[in-house]
Amino acid sequence: MSGESAGRARGIVVVGAGQAGAQAVASLRTGGYEGPITMIGDETYAPYQRPPLSKKFLAGEISFDRLYIKPVEFYAQANVELVFDTRAAAINRADKEVLTGDGRVFPYSKLLIATGSRVREINVPGFDLDGIHYLRSIADVQGIQSKFREGARLVVVGGGYIGLEVAAVAKKHGLHVTVLETADRVMARVVDPIVSHFYERVHRAEGVIIETGVTVSGFEGNGRVEKVDCGDGRLYDADFVVVGIGIIPNTELAVDAGLHVENGIVVDEFTRTSDPDIFAAGDCTNHPNGVYGHRLRLESVHNAIEQGKSAAAAMTGGALEYNQVPWFWSDQYDLKLQIAGLSSGYTQAVVRGDPEAGRSFAVFYLKDGMLIAVDAINRAPEFMMSRLLIAQKAKLDPARLRDESIAMKQIVQ
Amino acid sequence: MTKIIYVEHNGTEHEVDVANGLTVMEGAVKNMIPGIDADCGGACACATCMVFVPAEWEAKIPPKEDMEITMLDFCEHTQENSRLSCQIPVTDALEGMRVEMPESQH
Repeated sequence: MSGESAGRARGIVVVGAGQAGAQAVASLRTGGYEGPITMIGDETYAPYQRPPLSKKFLAGEISFDRLYIKPVEFYAQANVELVFDTRAAAINRADKEVLTGDGRVFPYSKLLIATGSRVREINVPGFDLDGIHYLRSIADVQGIQSKFREGARLVVVGGGYIGLEVAAVAKKHGLHVTVLETADRVMARVVDPIVSHFYERVHRAEGVIIETGVTVSGFEGNGRVEKVDCGDGRLYDADFVVVGIGIIPNTELAVDAGLHVENGIVVDEFTRTSDPDIFAAGDCTNHPNGVYGHRLRLESVHNAIEQGKSAAAAMTGGALEYNQVPWFWSDQYDLKLQIAGLSSGYTQAVVRGDPEAGRSFAVFYLKDGMLIAVDAINRAPEFMMSRLLIAQKAKLDPARLRDESIAMKQIVQ
Repeated sequence: MTKIIYVEHNGTEHEVDVANGLTVMEGAVKNMIPGIDADCGGACACATCMVFVPAEWEAKIPPKEDMEITMLDFCEHTQENSRLSCQIPVTDALEGMRVEMPESQH
């Protein structure tokens, strides 16, 4: 053991202070683990919820302290050592130690890597001008909110969940909003064109300009962004820009430590990595999913919470299998989109309700007759029933799914 | 602050003071009371924060909106007095309210 770590009791070290890490710590204590726990995070704050950042928190509807996953006092009461504003720099697997960027050493008996993900940055000329924002942290939101003035011109780069949620909130605050999306439709990565076109219709009805099939080629301005250039003659005036073009899992620590990493840190259904004393949970993992029969890397709270629980069990000698139907949600205007399952590989999309009028319908994704996913817009019954049916690998009749006179509870023949 | 009593399915009681303006769900989660998962953090998106509210308190809390009604309709342990605790703001009127938790939230 090196000098700096002398006297430190060897216990559980959690690298990452997000949803997965917080869940693991809470589950360790409620599960009866009484040994030392140290949580290392590179932000200033105790673990907080990220989903509201692009929704109610950005809108100013909930205060900062309501974001905390557990109250700040919890960690002291639970005897959890918090090490914030600190980046874990390396893992020394031979001596079972985590080394931080500022030279401290944290010996571990078991290590949980819950490093999450970071925003994908846009790499075009002018990328470093003032006024170009991303949205991942509380600090990011505070930066965006400082620009929220009625009549201000916001250009959102990326028509995914984050971009569209920001657009909805900004519009409600009276800003002029333009969304630029490279694909030929919004949310192209995650939903069927029926759902994309519905969201484009609603955003346009709310006054947002949605441009698809455009790729940003650069930002212009004198120190501060003033224009967004699309390289095809289109130039958009901007008082500020929010870029939401995806996230990248934080796997460098695991790669450098020689752990098996392949599109995320490779873990089993109990969150075990290729090192018996190291576990990983949340956005940064690539894990098996028995419902779909292949590996997944997911960017979701549900995934972080459930893997956090499994990691706590595994690090204390238990075994809690993580094998669930993934689910996600997005709030835009008065639309609650709830997604259960993953639609990739679907052979048929079945629509229930009318996407062309109103604001409530569902799209079921079938693969050879079997339900694999649903997108439900203001349709809780479709969402809740589908979560059960996807897990059961139910085969469903498209005609019955379309027939709204048949209640969701009776949808299985 | 308003006193809320949370009763686990096994009968264990937790009496805590919850700041007005928070929800009954937040009062449980922030006080480490087991039995309320609240995966979505209060967006009425997951239905993992169900509680049973005794009839005498029903008039003192806001009525269920459509979303909550339909979410509850699909939960395994739903009873007539089920509520999603993320949809119940804590006010002075709830002083001493006892809420019971289901066997599980899934």
